Amino acid sequence: MRKLALSDEILMTVEKPARYIGGEVNAVIKDKEKTDIRFCMCFPDVYEIGMSHLGIQILYDMFNRREDIWCERVYSPWTDLDKIMREKNIPLFALESQDSVKDFDFLGITIQYEMCYTNILQILDLAQIPLEASKRTKEHPFVIGGGPCAYNPEPLAEFFDMFYIGEGETQYFRLMDLYKEWRTGGASREAFLMQAAQIPGIYVPSLYDVAYKEDGTIASMTPNCPEAPEKVRKQLVLDMTDTFYPEKPVVPFIKATQDRVVLEIQRGCIRGCRFCQAGMLYRPARERDLEMLKKYACSMLKNTGYEEISLSSLSSSDYSCLEELVNFLMDEFGSKGINISLPSLRIDAFSLDVMGKVQDVRKSSLTFAPEAGSQRLRDVINKGLTEEVILNGAGQAFEGGWSRVKLYFMLGLPTETEEDIKSIAWLAQKIAERYYETPKEQRNGKCQIVVSTSFFVPKPFTPFQWARMCTKEEFLQRAYVVNHEIKEQKNRKSMKYNWHEADVTVLEGILARGDRKVGAVVRRAYEKGCLFDSWSEWFCNSFWMEAFEECGIDMNFYTTRERALDEIFPWDFIDIGVSRAFLEREWSRAHEEKVTKNCRQICSGCGAAVYGGGVCHEH
Amino acid sequence: MNTNIRVKFRKYGCLKFIGHLDVMRYFQKAIRRADIAICYSEGFSPHMIMSFAAPLGVGLTSDGEYMDISVKSSPSSAEAVKRLNEVMAEGIDVVSWRALPENSKNAMSIVAAADYEVRFREGCGPFNGWQEKLGEFLELSQICILKKTKKGVQETDIRPWLYNYTIEGDVISMQVSAGSVHNLKPELLIGSFGDWAGVKIPVSALLVHRKEIYADQGTEEKHSLISLEALGEEIG
Repeated sequence: MRKLALSDEILMTVEKPARYIGGEVNAVIKDKEKTDIRFCMCFPDVYEIGMSHLGIQILYDMFNRREDIWCERVYSPWTDLDKIMREKNIPLFALESQDSVKDFDFLGITIQYEMCYTNILQILDLAQIPLEASKRTKEHPFVIGGGPCAYNPEPLAEFFDMFYIGEGETQYFRLMDLYKEWRTGGASREAFLMQAAQIPGIYVPSLYDVAYKEDGTIASMTPNCPEAPEKVRKQLVLDMTDTFYPEKPVVPFIKATQDRVVLEIQRGCIRGCRFCQAGMLYRPARERDLEMLKKYACSMLKNTGYEEISLSSLSSSDYSCLEELVNFLMDEFGSKGINISLPSLRIDAFSLDVMGKVQDVRKSSLTFAPEAGSQRLRDVINKGLTEEVILNGAGQAFEGGWSRVKLYFMLGLPTETEEDIKSIAWLAQKIAERYYETPKEQRNGKCQIVVSTSFFVPKPFTPFQWARMCTKEEFLQRAYVVNHEIKEQKNRKSMKYNWHEADVTVLEGILARGDRKVGAVVRRAYEKGCLFDSWSEWFCNSFWMEAFEECGIDMNFYTTRERALDEIFPWDFIDIGVSRAFLEREWSRAHEEKVTKNCRQICSGCGAAVYGGGVCHEH
Repeated sequence: MNTNIRVKFRKYGCLKFIGHLDVMRYFQKAIRRADIAICYSEGFSPHMIMSFAAPLGVGLTSDGEYMDISVKSSPSSAEAVKRLNEVMAEGIDVVSWRALPENSKNAMSIVAAADYEVRFREGCGPFNGWQEKLGEFLELSQICILKKTKKGVQETDIRPWLYNYTIEGDVISMQVSAGSVHNLKPELLIGSFGDWAGVKIPVSALLVHRKEIYADQGTEEKHSLISLEALGEEIG
């Protein structure tokens, strides 16, 4: 029987002890005497969130297919256990073997959102690994970061030995082989890092020096050894069909946020919305083969026992065989009590037909993400969704029996005017009117329109990377305008408005476009007690404000400052295929309110075609 | 023809930290993995016809847990047990699969008694020679505890709910009343022993293991206990 790292007494006092015991269905147990490399994969948030992440499941499966590697998992201990581990000096442990993370060869941390940065420090701290990479010795694991936030790793540079820029399926085995070779040779830790830096996609921050101008912007970022390349190139999977995908994902005992089979149908997006980082990072868009998806849907459902399967992608409607896939799933599993969920679907006749079959129309709601209220602003952000399309989609849905609509918008977008802001309420009103135009016998009681706004955060590698970000006050002011305008509408009683907190958004903006100087603030905030910043019940803005103050860092430098077109950004050393010239062109087209067509309509020459695959080479 | 099946299982090791609701969810998935032809309820969001005899608290282990399910068709008992055990996680084993006669009551409604083994965790024994003192305590004709109810605090005699017991070495074995009428938890009994003996015995000091759950085919005066498993028949 497996022995646990925590005593029964501790497990009986903490909330949800199942977060820490491992042993789930499909978890991989190996004989550690027979493996060469111990890799611990970490999602720096609580178990239920981390277990919902597809990327780790893919890499976990990939690593464990190799006999010489044992890949395990670790998540952030919740605050109750965090306290106990510190008091009793219990080192952080991996779920499978329950062995200390500090004894592993690698600690891989996926960095999915900015507000988990303090949790990364918690992981290192509880694992008893020095926070600064420079203080680690041969006794410690190599700490490697990946995921979307690794595309601007600079705020975290001092805490990581390496970052993996791109999709993990491609270069990890090379890194593992290099590691085995290095370990038998007995060379220094630095020697390994220098060799690792020569693997495409591997960024070793300690091998680069950054010089700053007097105004605080970057003067240069240069390799300090010949082994480190000037530019680190994003790695991506070209053949999405003949690649790694887990047929037996780990099934948690407790309910995870994503409590279902996740089938990634494609990666990347053809749309090119100008605010969307994923849309640029994962270019070119690449589809998986229909037959592969059918096969995986069957085996994953069989091996997990889940009662739901969800198709995952940035824009499912753009998958060319969607109709065939959905029909297959409905035929195959519809009668077996398996639910099919289709997020990120465009509302049209096909999707309404499918949704009508797979869900209870009366209970479910329709989701539209116009992102901006006016057509003008939608053109600025290149969201090719017109009012006509929205109203038609809503109309068809109302006739089909739906009565609940969710609308998602962003506030604080570049060039936004008061009229654009008020248009959010006006659009909601038009949808309500469309509802009450629907013949009574087709309607299903009153309609309910839920309007939600989030605040816009400019992200690296998007056409809006140059954009000024609003202050907290500006954000809230805009939310008040929406709130007020909604109250002025005729059908206001059918509308509900939600908006987010602005404090977190401002911090997210700083970390997203931050440089190496911001690392000190993250550390200071963590030392003050910041943890689980993405959880409103734990978020403490005042600690963060003090941390900025004490580190002498001006927040406005990262948020409200206007950036010159030729400014060197902290992330410029990364080559994602999409060229800076393209982003600049898109930034200026945004100001001209010009829409850019999607990748299937016409190639706009973004640069991602150099990878030689995906949508760029479809014909 | 749908058949009602009684499944007996063990819960041990790390899985004692999985709560009752999660065990239910676990079995829903396991049944799909094992491709058991379970029946679903009607309606737009159908759920599996499945019910459990008596929820086991977090931290407890058991050799005698039960769930009743309804299936459209059943393989032989041996085959069903094998198929389920092939898809189990370490910590839950299926012990038996038996068909219930038509019109049998479901397990939950007939639970009348349970066997438990209780130990003190290493180093958590209340005092030397507790065995003798416990024997004395359990021989009392009345064991009154204070129970909080809606109307306030009420005194209840729990002694009648202890049917029999043995103390051998470090193991206290007991048969107690269980189910919806009088459900005596071993932790409560041992806790009140502590109060009587003047020492505090926290729940965390105890290792509680359920051995079996019974239905009662006798009367209030003369019990005739039969294990839930024995009410079903092996399928050949």
